[in-house]
Amino acid sequence: MPAQPIISLQHVYKSFNGKEVLKDMSIGINTGESVVIVGGSGTGKSVTLKHIIGLMQPDRGHVTVASTDLCCLKAVELNEFRRRFGMSFQEGALFDSMSVFENIAFPLRRHTKMKAAEIRNRVEECLAQVHLKDVDTKRPSELSGGMRRRVGFARAISLKPQILLFDEPTTGLDPVISDVIAELIVEMDQTLETTTVTITHDMKVAFKIANRVAMLHEGRIIEDGTPEQFQRSTNPIVQQFIEGRAHGPLTESQ
Amino acid sequence: MNKFLDHIGSAFIRFFEQTGLWFRMLGRTATWAARPPYEFGEWFRQMARVGVDSVPVVFLTTMFTGMVLALQTWAGFQRVHAENFVGSVVALAMLRELSPVLVGLMVTGRVGSSMAAEIGTMRVTEQLDALKSLATDPVQYLFVPRVIAGIVMLPFLVVLGDALGIYGGYLVAVKLLGANSFIYEQNTFQFLEMKDIWSGLIKSSVFGLILTLTGCVRGYYTTGGAEGVGKATTNAVVSASLIILLSDFFLTKILF
Repeated sequence: MPAQPIISLQHVYKSFNGKEVLKDMSIGINTGESVVIVGGSGTGKSVTLKHIIGLMQPDRGHVTVASTDLCCLKAVELNEFRRRFGMSFQEGALFDSMSVFENIAFPLRRHTKMKAAEIRNRVEECLAQVHLKDVDTKRPSELSGGMRRRVGFARAISLKPQILLFDEPTTGLDPVISDVIAELIVEMDQTLETTTVTITHDMKVAFKIANRVAMLHEGRIIEDGTPEQFQRSTNPIVQQFIEGRAHGPLTESQ
Repeated sequence: MNKFLDHIGSAFIRFFEQTGLWFRMLGRTATWAARPPYEFGEWFRQMARVGVDSVPVVFLTTMFTGMVLALQTWAGFQRVHAENFVGSVVALAMLRELSPVLVGLMVTGRVGSSMAAEIGTMRVTEQLDALKSLATDPVQYLFVPRVIAGIVMLPFLVVLGDALGIYGGYLVAVKLLGANSFIYEQNTFQFLEMKDIWSGLIKSSVFGLILTLTGCVRGYYTTGGAEGVGKATTNAVVSASLIILLSDFFLTKILF
């Protein structure tokens, strides 16, 4: 058991236009873990992820990654710091003015001194990791939803990050492709030996990729444990969410 | 009454907020411009977009403005038998005022708007967050090449506009209205000073900065989906045009 978690959110508060999204949110994530944060829409899952990578700063509380408090970094330092992360966005967020190859090569060209041939090799390696080939000249608009996610993954891992963040990796995909993507995340987590944080509302995906599941409700973590513990949770809110029932404490409180 | 005062108050606050924001982003652009890595490829792409691609628009606008200017001043000057000075007026007006302002406004419509739409779309599709997650500051990667392209390329467009405007005036005066070509030419250049040329070029550089930065800032702070992008685009054109016209007065006053 490592002494200190690699990612830690301590008593984080965040509100937008007077609406509190995160209320005393705390979680610690250890090196090598694959943590899935689940929760309904609008409970602050994406906001949590954006705090981890410093795209948002908490109103109160602290976000610490690798013993560095993100609040105290200057813009340039934070920029450098983000090289430890690979993040995949909901719709892929690929740069639509560039081809698939240029998308994945982008961070390599900017942050490494790799030569053109080395970049080509690394891009191919990344595409192979996500089981894609012969797409490098395509534009993002020519790809299917599942393929866009995969290219997004390939771009996220190109700089060999220590931490991978997945924002709703399967939203909008059919069940089969969702499962394929979930398997891919497990595979990447294992072969690349990263710490992985995924947010999703798809419980099937969550149980597949997590070795720890946490549930976010009303701005804080209400359940946190291994997938087995999570499934056996006695919290009626958690149970309603797992089973996907329309009636229960989750919907009544709204 | 209270509501009315509220409106005025909040409009004032918004105005100062926006002005402050604009200058803050100007500062950020300047600091990031000094830091490596320098994306020269991107600089040249933007220069082509701002400069080379704007040539047809500049060509038509300034040429016809020079032509109509000759027509109008001829009509006026004829009354006091001063037709000979049409050439001087056209040249002075084009160099000092019309070419920089018209090029500034036309490029705002063509390029400033598309920058706002482009960066705004990147905002709503999370591409700006993706840039940041790849350890790339959007101000450095997107703003810097665009603003530099504006500052560098506008003077070139204005030089072209100057030449075309003066030539357009010459065409109308000599070929259409029957002015003596030798006298017209002589009068065009006789009263010019170097200051007339460079004051126009300095102005155009400032306009280039204004229109690109405003486009970028409006795009960067886009909220909401497609509607937000539309608003950002309109706002970029309206505010950049206004700032150009207002600053034109003060710049002229300083550079007079």
